[in-house]
Amino acid sequence: MRKSLLALAAGLLLAGSVSAASAADKLKVGFIYLGPIGDLGWTYQHELARQALVKELGDKIETTYLENVPEGPDAERAIEQLVRAGNKLIFTTSFGYMDPTLKVAKKYPNVHFEHATGYKRDKNMSTYSSKWYQGRYIQGLIAAKMSKSGVLGYIGSFPIPEVVSGINATMIAAQTINPNIKVKIIWANTWFDPGKEADAAKALIDQGADVIMQHTDSPAAMQIASERGKLAFGQDSEMIKFGPKTQLTSILDTWGPYYIERVKAELDGTWKSEDSWGGLDSHMFAMAPYTNMPDDVKKIAEDAQAAITAGKLHPFKCPVIGQDGKEIECKGGANLADGQILGMNFYVKGIDDKLPGK
Amino acid sequence: MQLVLEKRAERSNTIALVSPLIAIGLTIVTMTILFAILGKNPLLALQAYFIAPLTDGYSLQEIAVKATPLVMIAIGLSLCYLANAWNIGAEGQFLIGAVAGSWLAVKTQGTDAGAWVLPAMLVLAAAAGALYALIPAICKVKFGASEILTSLMLVYVADLLLDYLVRGPWRDPNGFNFPTTAEFDSVATVPLLLEGGRLHLGSIIALLVVAAAAILLGRTIKGFEIRVVGAAPRAARFGGFNANQLIILTFAVSGALAGLAGIIEVAGPVGHLQPGISPGYGFTAIIVAFLGRLNPIGILIAGLFLALTFIGGEQAQIAMKIPLDVTKVFQGILLFYVLACDSLILYRFKLVFPNRQVARGAG
Repeated sequence: MRKSLLALAAGLLLAGSVSAASAADKLKVGFIYLGPIGDLGWTYQHELARQALVKELGDKIETTYLENVPEGPDAERAIEQLVRAGNKLIFTTSFGYMDPTLKVAKKYPNVHFEHATGYKRDKNMSTYSSKWYQGRYIQGLIAAKMSKSGVLGYIGSFPIPEVVSGINATMIAAQTINPNIKVKIIWANTWFDPGKEADAAKALIDQGADVIMQHTDSPAAMQIASERGKLAFGQDSEMIKFGPKTQLTSILDTWGPYYIERVKAELDGTWKSEDSWGGLDSHMFAMAPYTNMPDDVKKIAEDAQAAITAGKLHPFKCPVIGQDGKEIECKGGANLADGQILGMNFYVKGIDDKLPGK
Repeated sequence: MQLVLEKRAERSNTIALVSPLIAIGLTIVTMTILFAILGKNPLLALQAYFIAPLTDGYSLQEIAVKATPLVMIAIGLSLCYLANAWNIGAEGQFLIGAVAGSWLAVKTQGTDAGAWVLPAMLVLAAAAGALYALIPAICKVKFGASEILTSLMLVYVADLLLDYLVRGPWRDPNGFNFPTTAEFDSVATVPLLLEGGRLHLGSIIALLVVAAAAILLGRTIKGFEIRVVGAAPRAARFGGFNANQLIILTFAVSGALAGLAGIIEVAGPVGHLQPGISPGYGFTAIIVAFLGRLNPIGILIAGLFLALTFIGGEQAQIAMKIPLDVTKVFQGILLFYVLACDSLILYRFKLVFPNRQVARGAG
């Protein structure tokens, strides 16, 4: 009995190693996810993109992911585990993986890395992110049109440039509709915490906000706005099912085309370290259908989306006026330079709040 | 016929030795069934969990790296628990140690400070951890405040302090407002031991701590005092041992060790101070302490074993596409069985037959 069990074990192990060998000629592509995959939010959008990638190139590649990897000391090990398992192209899908990715990249010069939303690069480490501020601009137009109280509520995650530029783009757009528009900002200091996000939404509504915008990932704010009969924007994913009468639109992360493009480059041997910062024209993100708004508002949104996609409209068109009333130096010619937006740490005029850490 | 749990006349030493093995055996059986239900080959899965991480140098190093903070904190906690002092706030002491040590790293950044920086950081961290742990200890001794609550609440204070510092005064000026300090200079980082891996000096320190605790508990009067105060408080009082003094002492030592573990983690594998430096080490260490039966060598083994399940869980995710949740179920089942089997040390199963006479009389 024992002998036959051992033989079975040996056979199974052997079978395992044989199937591993046949998979070896496929390109192995790895993913590190911040959260559990779930059914919406930041990690879920990356997972959707991975599925799109498999659908497109599944006969040439094999994908592996590690989910719920904390952005601390465990991240470096998780990334290195993927390298050691033979992955040649690895997507690390959260900002906090920046330094761990860089460390592993330096150690394995023959493996290529793609890091989302960071700013450190290397010969074998690219970065990619989206110009979400373009979507925020469209939301600002809609919000100003739809708000009766003239007060917008904004749930921020962390006061990093990506979020700050989103708030500024929103306000610049809103002011073109209503010059006296106000925004109330609450920093949740988290990317995902339904409890905190719900509390923030309640507090904002209590302060008079009737359109809730969020830069956090859960649908909690949408649900609160829905309960209170207010309007809201989703984030990352389609959230209309949490507020069928509430969601105006949502910024959808659509990484699929980028992932397919990069994996194809890897397969062709043309992969190079790059800094990709895609806007509406690159399909790196998309706007969910414009809902719960009259046709004229919808038209304003669609026109703005078309103009931004065509490159005719730039949210940070100069002059951009800072909170102190002084013009921000315009380093990009007609618009603020990309670097100024990527490092944005000031509020524009009309935001009656203080940027944390300033 | 009935199965009842009967208290043993005295604890069974045989069961005390074999109960962890029974627990591991039961866990493996349960997991085998679970893997089979999931449609995964149980043998390959168990191989990925338990064997694969032990077969290459890199994974072995990672197990040591992961176990280092757990073991160091758990050793300190075991001293507290043996003395009946319930320090639940090791997580906070870990963070405060990390903050205190990082202060020096941040202040000396970019200066030509010499090799004294790292040792000074370690001392600062241990002192800060000890002082932070003394708050609940003193509140307990002076005012009778529950140390369980106060030490736990101070975790959140430490967490928010760290958060404030890395978002405010200590933020990397070139870091685009992201909440992190700049990478520490090399004089402020814990040296690595082997080329190509992450094994660092902290693991050696952890081993020294284990040895010191074993000597303290096994060979010194103080260790005897700690055990007597915990096991028989009245006898300890008659023996002239001061329980309050021991609460202060064990809290300070455990805070110092947690603080030390904190700075070693930050100046070692992380390399800078940021929020989220601890995935709950201070709390996981409580499990490690009890899994190791509050015995230094036991804690070392338990810490390594728990680290193995983390690393193995990752390998199972990669090699077998087994979801992370299964790893968590696995850890939960293991603890469940360990605790369940431990009850056999003090109790035993007994078959009870209904009393025949009573049965006949009723008939």
